[in-house]
Amino acid sequence: MAMKELAKRIRLHALRMTHLGKSSHIGSVLSIADILAVLYGKVLEVSPDEPRLPTRDRFILSKGHSGAGVYAALAETGFFPVKDLDKHYQDGSQLSGHVSHKGIPGVELSTGSLGHGLSVAAGMALSAKLDEKNHKVYVLMSDGEWDEGSNWEAALFAAQFKLDNLVVIIDYNKLQSIKSIENTIGLEPFALKLKSFGADVMEIDGHSHQDLEDALLKGPVNNNKPICIIAHTTKGKGVSFMENNVLWHYRSPQGEEYKNAVKEIENQ
Amino acid sequence: MRDAFLKGLTELAESDPSVVLITADLGFGVFEDFERRFPKQYLNVGVAEQNMTGVATGMALEGRVVFTYSIGNFPTLRCLEQIRNDACYHDVNVNVVACGGGFSYGALGMSHHATEDLSIMRSLPNVTVVAPSDSWEMYNATKAITLQRGVGYLRIDKAETGILPQENEKFTVGKARLLRGGSDFTIVGVGGIVVEGIAAADELAKEGINVRVISMHTIKPLDKKMILSAARETGGVLSLEENNVIGGLAGAIAEVCLENGVQPKKFIPMGIQDTYSAIVGSQQFLRSQYGLNKEKIIQNIKAIL
Repeated sequence: MAMKELAKRIRLHALRMTHLGKSSHIGSVLSIADILAVLYGKVLEVSPDEPRLPTRDRFILSKGHSGAGVYAALAETGFFPVKDLDKHYQDGSQLSGHVSHKGIPGVELSTGSLGHGLSVAAGMALSAKLDEKNHKVYVLMSDGEWDEGSNWEAALFAAQFKLDNLVVIIDYNKLQSIKSIENTIGLEPFALKLKSFGADVMEIDGHSHQDLEDALLKGPVNNNKPICIIAHTTKGKGVSFMENNVLWHYRSPQGEEYKNAVKEIENQ
Repeated sequence: MRDAFLKGLTELAESDPSVVLITADLGFGVFEDFERRFPKQYLNVGVAEQNMTGVATGMALEGRVVFTYSIGNFPTLRCLEQIRNDACYHDVNVNVVACGGGFSYGALGMSHHATEDLSIMRSLPNVTVVAPSDSWEMYNATKAITLQRGVGYLRIDKAETGILPQENEKFTVGKARLLRGGSDFTIVGVGGIVVEGIAAADELAKEGINVRVISMHTIKPLDKKMILSAARETGGVLSLEENNVIGGLAGAIAEVCLENGVQPKKFIPMGIQDTYSAIVGSQQFLRSQYGLNKEKIIQNIKAIL
């Protein structure tokens, strides 16, 4: 499937899932739909037939609240039936609001509390190094998540242990839970900070499939340094009234809002 | 007791290259030989317990048997959420080791006292909690804990009983050790403080009071049978822990007895009485300050009998 189509489907699924489940975080999912589409459509060496294949690339969603997007990407790429997505957030289901590995093929790590994914990914990357394996470990993080001190511990560690098989992608939509990043706990100069922590940093347009593909597949190639891709994104991307609006961190799409959101995505 | 852990760990590392020790920058003068012998199985992640536990989980998810190591409550409370969400929920072979249970690091102050770890670790699903009372138990527990499903917690104390195992005695996780026979009363202890229980029992024996002493080295899963028989057969049960009395060994004993409708004739929960230590002193001094020594045990039992 073309990445453009995959991104569209992830957005539509996520809208429907958060609509049916009356759940939050649609803005955060729309923010990473393009990143997920390029990862699952082009970059990740994973197989739905053998989700635990030892040579597979590992992908961790550290911003677990965007789990609906990962579930949609996995279903669309054959890890489980697309119709199961409708169970998201429903009683008795395994597709929880924050991404879970329990009973979901293709999910490496359950997350939800922020600041966990990077350390676990670093442990996986170090293991691969020790075993002289060639797969990569990708971890997708939020920007607000960098308020958590554990990430800075992990960043120091990744540099010290030269984890150049670790690819960190940061969804930098510049909004966190209540206000903008700038008006909460500012991260700027973000790239400079991450560089000074020893990462090989690049900044891209997180909605440009070409940018994402180039960054994720081609480089930067700088041996001995963990790779960090700051993806500049728009929270709520693709639905005009959700874009850059913190309300949609929590609000569930219902009624006319849901219909209009679906229409906007379908027409793209 | 720490040497016994190191001996067990070294043997594990020798026989299984997937065994890894991660320290959060503690163990000066302890792990140098281990690092030299097993450079690919030793990792110092710096003073960063949260990252240590996350990294351990990542490595364990890739099939390694991981030990995380630090002192006092640093490897448990500082990174409790990583233990819970990462290690426990993902059912990995991560074994958390805390050197310095209870007041082991007495005069270093409250920050270095591990005095709630047993209660807190016991309340996490998918964790085996072991606090050996001597080096023999520690050596065996180190090896055995890696064979338990899920996460392990090992608490290393400074003090220990020094009781030698009986001939052919086998260590089993979850099975308590009977250290002294007796039916007048029972002391059930966890960790190095069992030494005070033994001393008390030996002194009471001189007066013709025969006290059973049990080392409940594993408080999760608990040896329920041993507790229930002590409750039924002896004049009462005294629980002994260098840990807050809330939710630790005392709580575990109370739960088991009530669940099974067995009431000990008397129950004396001896532990730290829901407080922090703000007095400076050695482990022995702090034990006496907080009523956790031989003398207090004798006094408590005599007051009842």
